[in-house]
Amino acid sequence: MPIFVDENTKVIVQGLTGGQGKFHGLRNRAYGTKVVGGVTPGKGGQDVEGTPVFDSVADAVRATGADASFVAVPPKAAPAAILEAAAAGVRFIVCITEGIPAQDEARVYATLKRDFKSTRLLGPNCPGIISPGRCNIGITAGEIAQPPTRGGKNVGIVSRSGTLTYQALFELKQRGIGVTTCVGIGGDPVPGTSFVDCLAEFERDPETSAILMIGEIGGSAEEEAAEFIKANVSKPMSSYIAGVTAPAGKKMGHAGAIVSGGKGTAQGKMDALRLAGVKIGANPTEAGELMAQIIAALA
Amino acid sequence: MDLFEYQGKQYFAKFGIPVSPGDVARTVDESLAIAERIGYPVVVKAQVQVGGRGKAGGIKLANNKDEVRTHAGNILGMSIKGHVVKRVWIERASDIAEEYYASFTLDRAAKQHLLMLSAQGGVDIEEVAAKDPSAIVKLHVNPVVGLDEAAATKAAVDAKIPAKAQAGVASILVKLYGCFVKGDCDLAEINPLILKPTGEVHALDAKVSLDANASFRHPEWEEFAATQELDGREKLAREKGLQYIGLDGSVGIIANGAGLAMSTLDVVNQAGGKAANFLDIGGGANAELMTAALEVINSDANVRSIFVNIFGGITRGDEVAMGIVEAMRRVNLRAPIVIRLDGTNAEAGRQILADAGIPAEKLRSESTMLAAARTAVAIANGKAG
Repeated sequence: MPIFVDENTKVIVQGLTGGQGKFHGLRNRAYGTKVVGGVTPGKGGQDVEGTPVFDSVADAVRATGADASFVAVPPKAAPAAILEAAAAGVRFIVCITEGIPAQDEARVYATLKRDFKSTRLLGPNCPGIISPGRCNIGITAGEIAQPPTRGGKNVGIVSRSGTLTYQALFELKQRGIGVTTCVGIGGDPVPGTSFVDCLAEFERDPETSAILMIGEIGGSAEEEAAEFIKANVSKPMSSYIAGVTAPAGKKMGHAGAIVSGGKGTAQGKMDALRLAGVKIGANPTEAGELMAQIIAALA
Repeated sequence: MDLFEYQGKQYFAKFGIPVSPGDVARTVDESLAIAERIGYPVVVKAQVQVGGRGKAGGIKLANNKDEVRTHAGNILGMSIKGHVVKRVWIERASDIAEEYYASFTLDRAAKQHLLMLSAQGGVDIEEVAAKDPSAIVKLHVNPVVGLDEAAATKAAVDAKIPAKAQAGVASILVKLYGCFVKGDCDLAEINPLILKPTGEVHALDAKVSLDANASFRHPEWEEFAATQELDGREKLAREKGLQYIGLDGSVGIIANGAGLAMSTLDVVNQAGGKAANFLDIGGGANAELMTAALEVINSDANVRSIFVNIFGGITRGDEVAMGIVEAMRRVNLRAPIVIRLDGTNAEAGRQILADAGIPAEKLRSESTMLAAARTAVAIANGKAG
């Protein structure tokens, strides 16, 4: 079983008529994802290469029965787009938008928690989610993901960094290891879905035998994950934390990736995860090798 | 984006937070003119973005013209922990009865705003935090609820702020919260927040860090951006819209995505090299962007090899490849490129590079990130040609 999304997930793309939305939305559709519609206010009634466009998420949901949304709109418009999808009853929202102000993210997160408890937001500023062979929502190139082997030992991936998510998928594919679901949670200050949320789902999922987790410096999400793993995760794990050599106090691109006051360092995170029983690789390739050893030992 | 104290105070003032009358000066003469205008005694404060100014002699009290001349003369041009003082803030000296501490940040773990408030503010707040954490009240504020006067007053009571100062502190907390939220701050901090013998509470210092993602709705931030202190390479990168941080190694780095860029630094280090920079070219690396990135790296005299590490998602491999071919036409690179290209349209990209007929001493392709790191480091260390 994949987590969060599968072959039955029906997806609408908010911003399907825009550059990013069209390119990735159609690519998701070509992958086999059920992309059932798009939303662009004022363009209802049009279509994008055969996929119908609606004026609002509510219209799209009514017409298509969509239960997931892919938000690919600019930072100014993204907070309202997310809340519109939640209000229309969408259960799973993926927002790839980079550059949303932290105050807006905090407000959106708090609004979802208060008013739309059954809606899950993935992102913002994330690559999306792929359940290989079943559903791909976001910007991941589907061909780098190995579908799970029926009856075999498969891996769940959760990552905070976009490009390292692809690297992780790629490392496993090189070794012929199948992936149930790969979740890119994004590196922004207020991610809708956390490592812990994904770890809990992977632990429950009978098809997932092991978990690969990619973290990075800054914040405390990896430390919280380590605490959770200690108490709740029985499946074997390997991990890589990016930013071992990042100079302290420098903000490296992600709003999230700040090292300050000795907290949030790569070393601290690796130590915490190691104590929780996670095998730590010095780079993504090593983390992939460790996962291959874990899978070999399980077989 | 971190503001200087004087900018922070000007920002606070916009949100109604009381600060001392003062102004910023670049010269001794300007300092004198300000002091004469606002009246003595004044405090002359070095404007640098580093802590420990007072202990370094960067904050002095001046009772008259001569003292302003002396102190401003000494402080301007002074180096504090490697930061050269280019400006001083001259403000009316305040009598201080008590010193408190107040700040708002985003607590990423709790995903809520966090107020920290202490009755024991001043220069040793970090020591207080370490030795007696209970002296700092931490209050989470739900972003959709906000902070009202009643909640702020309760925080002041909990922090053991004396009764006579509670109303003043609460009023400032509400305004500081407004500044934090509406002003799109990552951090809004007052240390010390002072109680004067006359009973008023006001901000004696201002530490403000702004969220660059919100700059689209703050055109007034442009003047702050203009005073950011960057080295030459960082300035060039900023102009080109690149995420760049200068480091001191010899392997230039271009990667897409902050995580992959950090990981690239890691593997270069593991291969025995040192990165010259962090550069996240972001999504959509076209010819313009790639040319800009290569120009910035080419301006760094220490660079001996350039490791371009791309895993396409939004970024498309064919566009990256076209960008590199075009950029190499426009920029005369002093160091060779080692490229590793995977992900979206990577094969098309590799084909474009192969067809471009660029000699191997200028451009090499490697099939994995680790192999590319080893090659780039070998070239930078003079072990490959």
